[in-house]
Amino acid sequence: MNKNSESVPSGKGESLPSRHGGPMPAEPKIVAFFCNWCTYTAADLAGVSRLKYAPNVRVIRVMCSGRVDPQFVLDAFARGADGVLLGGCHPGDCHYAEGNYKTLRRMRMLARMLKDMGIHDGRFRLEWISGAEGDKVKAVVNDMTAKVRALGPLNMPDRFKEWDKEMVHAR
Amino acid sequence: MRYLYFPGCSLKGTGRAYEESLLAVFGALGVELQEIDDWNCCGATAYMSVDETKSYALAGRNLALAEREDLDVIAPCSACYLVLNKTQKGLAEHPELHRKVVKALKAGGLDYKGTVRVRHPLDVLVNDVGLDKIAALIKNPMKGHRFATYYGCQIVRPYATFDDQDDPMTMEKLLKAAGAECVSYPLKTRCCGGSLTGTLPEVGLRLAYILIKEAKKRGAEAIVTVCPLCQFNLDGTQGQIAKKYERVDLPIVYFTQILGLAMGISASELGLTRGIIPAQAVLAGR
Amino acid sequence: MEHPQEKNGRPRIGFYICHCGSNIASMIDVAEVQQYIAALPGVKVSRDYKYMCSDPGQEMIAQDIREHKLERLVVAACSPNLHEETFRKAAVKGGLNAFYFQMVNIREHAAWVHTDRRSATEKTKDLARAAVYRVHFHKALEKRQVPVSPEVLVVGGGIAGIHAALTLANAGKKVTLVEREATIGGHMAMFDKTFPTLDCAACILTPKMSAVKSHPNITLWTYSEVVQVEGYVGNYKVTVKRKPRYIKEDLCVGCMECIDACVFKEPKFSDKFNQGLGKRKPIYIDFPQATPKVVLIDPQTCIQFKTGKCKKTCVESCDREAIDFAQKEEMRELQVGAIVLATGFKTFDAKREPHYGYGRYPGVFTALEIERLVNASGPTAGEVVGRDGKHPRAVGIIHCVGSRDEKTNKWCSRVCCMYSLKLAHLIQEHSGAEVYNFYIDMRAPGKAYEEFYDKLLAEGVHFVRGRVAEVTDWAMTPEEEGRLVLRVEDTLAGFVRRIPVDMVVLSTGLEPQADAQAVRRCFNIGCGSEGFFQERHPKLAPVNTFTDGIFIAGACQAPKDIPDTVAQAGAAAAEALVLIDSGHVELEPNTSYVVEEECSGCKSCVPLCPYTAISFDGEKKKAMINEVLCKGCGVCVAACPSGSIRQNLFDDDEIFSEIEGVMAK
Repeated sequence: MNKNSESVPSGKGESLPSRHGGPMPAEPKIVAFFCNWCTYTAADLAGVSRLKYAPNVRVIRVMCSGRVDPQFVLDAFARGADGVLLGGCHPGDCHYAEGNYKTLRRMRMLARMLKDMGIHDGRFRLEWISGAEGDKVKAVVNDMTAKVRALGPLNMPDRFKEWDKEMVHAR
Repeated sequence: MRYLYFPGCSLKGTGRAYEESLLAVFGALGVELQEIDDWNCCGATAYMSVDETKSYALAGRNLALAEREDLDVIAPCSACYLVLNKTQKGLAEHPELHRKVVKALKAGGLDYKGTVRVRHPLDVLVNDVGLDKIAALIKNPMKGHRFATYYGCQIVRPYATFDDQDDPMTMEKLLKAAGAECVSYPLKTRCCGGSLTGTLPEVGLRLAYILIKEAKKRGAEAIVTVCPLCQFNLDGTQGQIAKKYERVDLPIVYFTQILGLAMGISASELGLTRGIIPAQAVLAGR
Repeated sequence: MEHPQEKNGRPRIGFYICHCGSNIASMIDVAEVQQYIAALPGVKVSRDYKYMCSDPGQEMIAQDIREHKLERLVVAACSPNLHEETFRKAAVKGGLNAFYFQMVNIREHAAWVHTDRRSATEKTKDLARAAVYRVHFHKALEKRQVPVSPEVLVVGGGIAGIHAALTLANAGKKVTLVEREATIGGHMAMFDKTFPTLDCAACILTPKMSAVKSHPNITLWTYSEVVQVEGYVGNYKVTVKRKPRYIKEDLCVGCMECIDACVFKEPKFSDKFNQGLGKRKPIYIDFPQATPKVVLIDPQTCIQFKTGKCKKTCVESCDREAIDFAQKEEMRELQVGAIVLATGFKTFDAKREPHYGYGRYPGVFTALEIERLVNASGPTAGEVVGRDGKHPRAVGIIHCVGSRDEKTNKWCSRVCCMYSLKLAHLIQEHSGAEVYNFYIDMRAPGKAYEEFYDKLLAEGVHFVRGRVAEVTDWAMTPEEEGRLVLRVEDTLAGFVRRIPVDMVVLSTGLEPQADAQAVRRCFNIGCGSEGFFQERHPKLAPVNTFTDGIFIAGACQAPKDIPDTVAQAGAAAAEALVLIDSGHVELEPNTSYVVEEECSGCKSCVPLCPYTAISFDGEKKKAMINEVLCKGCGVCVAACPSGSIRQNLFDDDEIFSEIEGVMAK
């Protein structure tokens, strides 16, 4: 399916060819927002412990998962991310007392919205990972990468183009 | 309260007394036992070492039959209890095995999802029925009777699901509720020699002798057990033990028989006349 | 979103990628990344270097900033948790504001966790590009300076807390030491001797306990617990609950006449300090050297509390009128700049390993019980006797009970081998019994520890390598009759042994305190998965936590022996000193602020802030953020419907550009 990766995709299902091009099967790219105190530290710990996990995640550090504006998630998808992972402290353990509860509320709403937009729920994930859980970073990243890979490329940018074209025709 | 009941071969044969007493006690407690229709061998025999996959399929069939009802399964025989639990675990952990077994069961028109819970009657009596309800039905407490509780090797090892692996206490709780006394019996989970009496009789016999001698030494008038193989082995080898070591003459009974007696059920209904070593001591005073 | 160059031209960026020796370079093609970033618009300098954090590395950055008139700095190296400050300083050295800098974590988050060089390099390019995009939006910021309260709170009065409190007090700082038991001293006060020197524990501890009591700079609150901690580094407000001991502490002189006078003629109640092996009265003192030397009344057992009809002979006997049945629990507040947590450990509950028969066989003891038995001031005045009053002929000491065990605790408790050796020596000395040690591995890594083991070998103590399978009273031979038999595989001899003894000692491991989770939440610090308090860095910041101004010392962080505990307590005290001696702390400038002209006055942000930093100006009809109270979480920023709240260092522009950067190709 990747032989014709230059051609313009015709459908808008999840089976669009890769935007990455080339003969290699597309590797999914996942954007992650990790809170500084728990999940980012856990990822540091995974490193110090030399745990090995999939190279598909790009971590963006925020002070608290509660800083993550749902628009960040939407923007990541819009720019071509195949998955978005959000990591915060366990409920009750937030460095800022209760920021992660706000995250939870917001992201529940967002998850519903993403579904309506045709983004499979496996592509967006909220995880509580404490600073001591380096192994959980590994498990979550590996699991999510495998699941997103199985879903195939999401390719929102190309889908937007398709939708734009349809709008033109509709007019 | 309703449960599915998986008797296994023992409870229909050498362990008949276990079935009789179990059904009598559960009946008296108002707990309904519904025998699984068309059950087969649990797979606990030497089959496991001959063909593992097939023996899993054998056990899997029983589980698949049970899944058709939304009920927990009671497996009173220790070997059945262990094999059915082991099968649940094995199939959950090994996808390849799971695939094969599910395929085999499908061919027989059955579906296996791994949803059923396999329970031991001790677990059900103490944790579901409750000691209070049992105590309320004790009409004829076993006052002054002293027993050694013997769990055998299979119901707490390797999976200690409802009691401690090294020092299980569920049976003590039940017997105490029945008014009996339990001697401290550190051999309660040691091997009874049951699987060896056929193959290495001199080893098996010695193990059985150790258990019985120690129980007697500690002042028990009988060994109370949960396992039909242990009961059969400890009861049936006492003749040989007498020849080789000394005469021991200790009744080996099921915990359900003692509970039944305390509830006022007759000895014959409880199969207490079936033992090779007569249970007179147990029946004394009633 | 606009790029700055569209408004005011691109800033000049310097990019640096570190090899970290071979740590990074072995998994990431640093030269390729360096060249790739060099080609991005705005990047004026791009270099890779063996050790960026070294002096020459930093100097190189500073020089480049000056020479190439760099306006932004990006360094791809290790975690910002490690070296962010280092490179901020390098930026400042070159004349750049520290916050024009962004760090890219390619060691912990890439080189160390991946196995494929190609994809690790691609990932690094993405992360580096994101930082290059991001720094466009960075602004010059200054750290906030906040004054520090010069007092320190030490929580826990064991040897760690005692040592930390004394160190701080000797440096002239005011310290409050809070201990939940009625006396300080902790576990060490229960020990008879300490390994490997066999110093008398009381002889070396009690002088330090009295020093705490008499030190003019230390306020000692025993029988008290911290219930709430508010504020931030340098400015903690702590609420302490002082439990009633029904004795006026300032009046009691510790004469103990009230204890003699109690209507209970004989001690009747289980004595916790003696591990239940001794008895006490309802009015009691834990041990003769208890500090403060003040008695207390246990309302659970005191007749006056239970019936209200006691003759109150204790009251009559006290000419200082110190007894006060009406005493109430009190809440006190403290203002401190730093906190040292030294809350210690609890020992493993031996009943969790029932095959060792603790609680079932009277001959089975825990090591802590034996500490009391061999102690001259213990319940038997140092005589080693069983609960049946008999002297043991043989004693078996089982190591690793609740340690190094998949079923209970996986960790090695570090002190058990050594204290087992010590107890073996003491038991042999006090009773002449044959002593057996059953061990998995003998761990004696400390100054003069291995030599102590050698000494014990020479003393004729028996050592059996093997994990004991069970302790049983099942006798197989007349020799075993009436005794406890240990069944063990002797892995050196290669067979299973049955060893009859009369007393079994379980060398129980060390565990986190039962309420460690509640305590860590109260102080807003972390715990490792096993439940001990988490240090900021396992090697380089062993007494710091992730919450600035809160330090940890002793076994609350992990099992450790007395020398290590004391060393760590000293280190924690020193860290606290550094903090409060500087007079002020610098806080990250990552606070949020309201852009007034954009605020619609909807008030949605106001209730979101857990620190009540956001208020509403009724006149202007705008939200306002108090920068001193703001801790910089950014929850309000994400919530503001009009986007009028901004956050320094983590503003929308910065994060969106980072997203754009990781996704760009």
